[in-house]
Amino acid sequence: MHELSIISCLFETLLEKAREHKTRKITLVKLKVGKLAGVVPEMLESAFDMYKKGTIAEQAKLLIEEVPLKIRCRACSTQIEKDNYIFVCPACSSTDLEILQGTELFLEKIELEID
Amino acid sequence: MSKKEVIVLQDILGTNKKIAAEIREKTERRGILTVNFLSSPGAGKTALLEKIAERLKPQAKMAVIEGDIETERDAERIRAKGVPAWQITTGGACHLEAKMIGKILPEVDPDVDFLFIENVGNLVCPASYDLGERLRCVLLSTPEGDDKPKKYPKAFTTSDAMILTKADLLPHLPFDVEKAKKEALELNPKLKIFLTSALTGRGLDELIDFFLASRRELTRHA
Repeated sequence: MHELSIISCLFETLLEKAREHKTRKITLVKLKVGKLAGVVPEMLESAFDMYKKGTIAEQAKLLIEEVPLKIRCRACSTQIEKDNYIFVCPACSSTDLEILQGTELFLEKIELEID
Repeated sequence: MSKKEVIVLQDILGTNKKIAAEIREKTERRGILTVNFLSSPGAGKTALLEKIAERLKPQAKMAVIEGDIETERDAERIRAKGVPAWQITTGGACHLEAKMIGKILPEVDPDVDFLFIENVGNLVCPASYDLGERLRCVLLSTPEGDDKPKKYPKAFTTSDAMILTKADLLPHLPFDVEKAKKEALELNPKLKIFLTSALTGRGLDELIDFFLASRRELTRHA
């Protein structure tokens, strides 16, 4: 359960952005979470709700976009979205694969109120 | 009062990755091979490190950083082998982070050849935190079962080596070594696999050779 530690890192960035844009209220936080990011979206939500109390994001809505795992085969250039973790190319059986997406843990955007 | 949208596009763990990159740069420049050991609690990380210390100490200089939620026990076990060890007690956190390693690094003798980091026993969370290591090794002990790689994929997809431990128990367990290897290689075809026992010494020579070869490769490029 390292989701709380991730949320605490997230809040460092949120507070920094809030200062930069001189806002007192963040209304929306949007994350992109890859399927292989190693975090559970529901637990991120609980951790966010726990952490936001008493902060400028107290009323913020958390949106999480889950990003599927996508790979590219370096041998035959096949690109495929995977719903399992078997890292073998389904077209040519090569194991020389490149992960195109699915490991990200990104703060995509925030919405805030400004005077 | 108006609303404003701010596009950030920033890695949430970016700060950890940045510190990890600094640690990697610093240690590799000095020719230190840093190894991060991941496993569930009780898989035998400390026992394996004790054996590594016995075999590596006569031919190389090593140091160990131990991560646990509480107690100094693991570091004491390593010090008993004559190897300098630092204990990080996280007080509840389930993983080590790069900044914890960064704090200890200035105290580590810059002339060591190997720096082993024993992560907090947990097969999930430590996988998400780069500690600046050159090699990541995931340990899987035979009593845990051969089905673990697919159940905890990230630890296996992000590792360079899988070390099966407690091989001495194989005659008493339904653990299928080939199945565990197959599962792990499907997740990560580049994974090096070792079958070891800290009790009997099985597989330890191969493992030590792997660490020595990895360090030779590092110093060739440094």
